[in-house]
Amino acid sequence: MKKSDSVSIRPYVIGFVLAVVLTLSAYSAVVYHIWAGVMLTGVIMGLAVVQLIVQLVFFLHLGRGQDARWNMAAFFFMLIVLTILVAGSLWIMYSLNYNMMPSSKMNTYMQSQSNEGF
Amino acid sequence: MSAMETAKQAVAEEQESGTKYLGFWIYLMTDCVLFATLFATYIILRGNTYGGPSAHDVFNMPSVLAETLLLLTSSFTCGIAVMMAKIGRQRLTLALLGVTFALGAAFLTLELNEFTHLVVDGHSWQTSAFLTSFFTLVGTHGLHISVGLLWLGVILWQIKNRGFTAGVVRRLTLFSMFWHFLDIIWIFIFTIVYLMGVA
Repeated sequence: MKKSDSVSIRPYVIGFVLAVVLTLSAYSAVVYHIWAGVMLTGVIMGLAVVQLIVQLVFFLHLGRGQDARWNMAAFFFMLIVLTILVAGSLWIMYSLNYNMMPSSKMNTYMQSQSNEGF
Repeated sequence: MSAMETAKQAVAEEQESGTKYLGFWIYLMTDCVLFATLFATYIILRGNTYGGPSAHDVFNMPSVLAETLLLLTSSFTCGIAVMMAKIGRQRLTLALLGVTFALGAAFLTLELNEFTHLVVDGHSWQTSAFLTSFFTLVGTHGLHISVGLLWLGVILWQIKNRGFTAGVVRRLTLFSMFWHFLDIIWIFIFTIVYLMGVA
């Protein structure tokens, strides 16, 4: 690019390289079984959130431009709705599963809970 | 040279019509809420395989990684195309948008290929709650991509026939927001559906 051009493609290049690295890291963590269980889930969700922020900043330029405040307000409002919706649904459905447990299973479950102790 | 001036005028007019970007941004945020409901449904139902295959059995990970990288690259070329449009580089913009379209079409082809394989193997959306929620979530994203490709096709046609008018540059910028947004949704499909499915 010529210097005289008033635009810079640098943010896009940085964002693209970071996004590729993050995608490949998450993919190899799963395919090569670097971690397991909750640790693995935590790591790949963490990488996804980092990539979300990278793309919001470098591709969508969130927080810059004349409508930045309104954009941010709409974005955080969406995050609140999203959190209530997803966390609330999971909470309700899992406790429903627990409360609708057949009584035979309930006895085993309570037995195992009492064996664990407090 | 006149293309350059038109583009500069377009940029000036574009700054006046900032509210149009805010309006589109709010649409994108509501679309996020739509996807959030589909993600919540998927996470709740993904264990309910009803004797059918589980996430472990059906996903072809190398193909999914290829889809992810194709969509990411097309999001990148789309962003660069908008930058080039703002400095009036018409041919470069057209070339970059052509690449964006080709990568998006390749992504859609891989996705439809995956869907076809699942259905042919007898794992359609009627098999289990897991597959119903899978097809709904990933299919809704695929539908957005298809609409995006149609939109991009119209923009390409408009640039060729009208050049960089204020309206065309504005629509191109809005399209790039839509395309980046779809890539962000895909990151979470890639992570929650595919990576966690086989993890």
